[in-house]
Amino acid sequence: MGRIEDTQKLIDEVLEVYPEKTKKDRAKHVKPNDPTGQCSTCAVKANIKSRPGVMTVRGCAYAGAKGVVWGPVKDQITISHGPIGCGQYSWWSRRNYYNGQTGVDTFGTMHITTDFQEKDIVYGGDKKLDAAIKELKELFPLGKSIGVLSECPVGLIGDDIEAVSKKASNELGIPIVPVRCEGFRGVSQSLGHHIANDTIRDHILEKIEGKLDQSTPYDVNLVGDYNIGGDAWASRKILEEMGLRVIAQWTGDSTINELAIAPKAKLNLIHCYRSMNYICRHMEEKYGIPWTEFNFFGPTKIYQSIRKIASFFDDKIKANAEALIEKYKPAMDAVVEEFRPRLEGKKVMLYVGGLRPRHTVGAYEDLGMEVVASGYEFGHNDDYKRTYPEMKEGAVIMDDATLYELEEFTRRLRPDMVGSGIKEKYSYHKMGVPFRQMHSWDYSGPYHGFDGFPVFARDMDTTVNSPTWKLIRRKKR
Amino acid sequence: MKKVMDHNELFTRPEYKEQFERKKTFENCPSDEEIKKVADWTKTPEYKELNFQRQHIKINPAKACQPLGAVYCAAGFEGSMPFVQGAQGCVAYFRSHLSRHFKEPFSAISTSMTEDAAVFGGLNNMLEGLENAYALYKPKMLSVSTTCMAEVIGDDLNAYIKQAREKGVIPANLPVAFAHTPSFVGSHLTGYDNMLKGILSALTAHKKGEPNGKLNIIPGFDPYTGNIEEIKRILNMMGVPHTVLADVTDVFDSPNTGEYKLYPGGTPLEDAADSINGEATIALQKYSTQKTIDYIHKHWGQKTVTTNPIGIKGTDALLEELSRISDRPIPEELENERGRAVDAMIDSHPYVHGKRFALVGDPDLLLGLMALIMEMGGLPAHIVCTNGDKNFEQEANELLASSPFGREGRVYVGKDMWHLRSLLFTEPVDVLIGNSYAKFLWRDTGTPLVRIGFPLFDRHHLHRYPVIGYKGAMNLVNWIVNTILDEMDRKTMHSASFDVIR
Repeated sequence: MGRIEDTQKLIDEVLEVYPEKTKKDRAKHVKPNDPTGQCSTCAVKANIKSRPGVMTVRGCAYAGAKGVVWGPVKDQITISHGPIGCGQYSWWSRRNYYNGQTGVDTFGTMHITTDFQEKDIVYGGDKKLDAAIKELKELFPLGKSIGVLSECPVGLIGDDIEAVSKKASNELGIPIVPVRCEGFRGVSQSLGHHIANDTIRDHILEKIEGKLDQSTPYDVNLVGDYNIGGDAWASRKILEEMGLRVIAQWTGDSTINELAIAPKAKLNLIHCYRSMNYICRHMEEKYGIPWTEFNFFGPTKIYQSIRKIASFFDDKIKANAEALIEKYKPAMDAVVEEFRPRLEGKKVMLYVGGLRPRHTVGAYEDLGMEVVASGYEFGHNDDYKRTYPEMKEGAVIMDDATLYELEEFTRRLRPDMVGSGIKEKYSYHKMGVPFRQMHSWDYSGPYHGFDGFPVFARDMDTTVNSPTWKLIRRKKR
Repeated sequence: MKKVMDHNELFTRPEYKEQFERKKTFENCPSDEEIKKVADWTKTPEYKELNFQRQHIKINPAKACQPLGAVYCAAGFEGSMPFVQGAQGCVAYFRSHLSRHFKEPFSAISTSMTEDAAVFGGLNNMLEGLENAYALYKPKMLSVSTTCMAEVIGDDLNAYIKQAREKGVIPANLPVAFAHTPSFVGSHLTGYDNMLKGILSALTAHKKGEPNGKLNIIPGFDPYTGNIEEIKRILNMMGVPHTVLADVTDVFDSPNTGEYKLYPGGTPLEDAADSINGEATIALQKYSTQKTIDYIHKHWGQKTVTTNPIGIKGTDALLEELSRISDRPIPEELENERGRAVDAMIDSHPYVHGKRFALVGDPDLLLGLMALIMEMGGLPAHIVCTNGDKNFEQEANELLASSPFGREGRVYVGKDMWHLRSLLFTEPVDVLIGNSYAKFLWRDTGTPLVRIGFPLFDRHHLHRYPVIGYKGAMNLVNWIVNTILDEMDRKTMHSASFDVIR
């Protein structure tokens, strides 16, 4: 238990500066890792309200519902319903790639908002919403659906967006999806994912018969992949080469039809468990569709996942899976051979969201790197349970970390690189600690699949071994 | 080792093209003919008419919300921590947004209000937030603003801060400035104005004393750190003692020393407090400073001047004011800079004269750019200002009327970039000026884009260069004329007109 105790001591030192109440609270969220699960005090508490004033990195339910789940559905017209800001700041920042002609048949990179003014707060925004929906339908006749993503005031002033949406949907003959994702609901983005999942269930799965000409025994859905930098396309390539037929992507590069036909699949393959486990459980209960988690970051995990996925199918698919691994192994070995010598032994600290704090660990290890600390902005206990075995004993596990904690752990753990978000990026640049955005892949990608791993490896090498870090002249103290 | 292909190249390859075709069988997307029909229709005058009829929805608007301007302003004072009462997602967004533009760290605090605060009010969040923020981040001042949540439920900042002091959660002498910044009123410019007024009110209380002989400069919500450097350089050249109010230069352009500083700079609090004793206050923007200027004029009894030092005449006017107020001559060096900027404009004028421009952005920047373009013989055609008001509309129209080159200009207040898309199809222009999101217009309409404004996410370092003063005029001319020349090369690369000397 030596490493666990050492890490606990380090954590205690970091938390010492907090006021008593907050210190007690934060201590539950930051723990040394025990991969075996035997340490009784090592489990972090998660999915709990952030303390005011500590500078949490977390976002809100709107960010989870609009930014993550609904935003990428490309032929839906998504309204940011409320004041101007939310839609402005989340405008095409997640890089959910899609094919289509924007503003004609797809709407992913557009910022569409009811732009609430004071009179809308005073008199309510329902009439405005109704009129806005009709204006949009006229201007964008090829839109397949309209989403109404609520911002904070909508829920506070008592608007009935459900009634407006229902009426407009009947009149216009397309789904109008009211999403109650006001930013004050819940404790993080996470509730927004859940709310968005529920609205897909209620307004798409329950209401629309999707168009699918025929079914095959190999029909699967690719769930919880938002196609950041083309991730879903790289993953889809593997699944298709295995002989599977991906009938729906949820929700990267997806259409309303893909959402609607998903219940016709034989298996749900879920990459980001956190944001879409809800709908997988629903489809299991209602339609009897099994689901399985997988990990397409880095060859080790990809091979394991391909075999795991194949195990749900017949011998033909299993044979395809082995042939596929055989086919790509030389290329993956070459990537490792190229980059591992420059990355071997480097220490990584991660603080991200969704699936990345655990799913990318294997890819780093393929390159000889060690993840010494990892944490989730908005994880739940089930995420952490899946994380402990992936990490080494005594690694720091942090839930809802603050700017202060991230800075302190960096000073003490001295990672060779940090992977986190845009809010963290430039403070690490100032510290001279190599940094990579691991939400948006720092405008690179894909990182998934056989086509993604070379990009991942190249980017980590670029980050750790850039000569620019050595140009910094530190002031003598 | 083969070259690593990332998304830029990977998805243009045949195996992915084929994948995309296969995927279409599940997408139930419209036919290519149908898409083309609608795409063509969106370029027509009929579509434009329909587009301009809409009243209730904004599509690709060029404005942000009040609290963004407030936290930007709050960061411009020494040791000041922007502290936002409301739901936490907003602060995550402000931090991301400003970091994406300036490529710098930006810290701000949220009181993380949730459902219970919606019911009971945000007092407890404020108290705990102040205590934690002070313990962890040791600010010299807390600058409190609000999100729409706190505004809708009616949180009273003044009362809450008073209670915080009474309960001793923060030291009695810690300055706490505040401003109510509802995001459903005005834009980021309004938020800047409100916060600056709040900060100056807090810091200058009971500080009225002997005149300090200094000039106060208010840059406004300025996405160019280079502008603040430039005004300081000009004032130093003239030997005018000054205080920049909300000096964000070191905050949004701090040197890399291998050390992360939470508070890398800003206007010293002592100087800000003493600004009440200044000689006069000069604003470099109008529409983000109106309330503050009014407050300074009425409550401090100070002389106030509002300028727009973009372009030659705009800069002339600023320097004349500076010279008059400070009773110091305009130095020859600045006169030489003027000469160089004018020389540059004369050299480049053939490529700008008679060219039609579309502009989208914040009001003061638009006025400055219109002036500069007309100084070179260019024709501002479509002027789109999502956050412009009636006063701006009038001022812009007067500016157009003041020059024969304003004859084609039309001002669109409250309109957005989807309106502009229609305009660019039905009444095309030669050059488009706007922020990074204008690149969608560039793609759809093929109009060459000069990136000027906020936010600029997809190009690096532009914010480090001034757009004000004669140096700023030089930069603007450089960006504009060379965009025109690049476009000329692109258009003529397969013809005899592919000149090597221009």
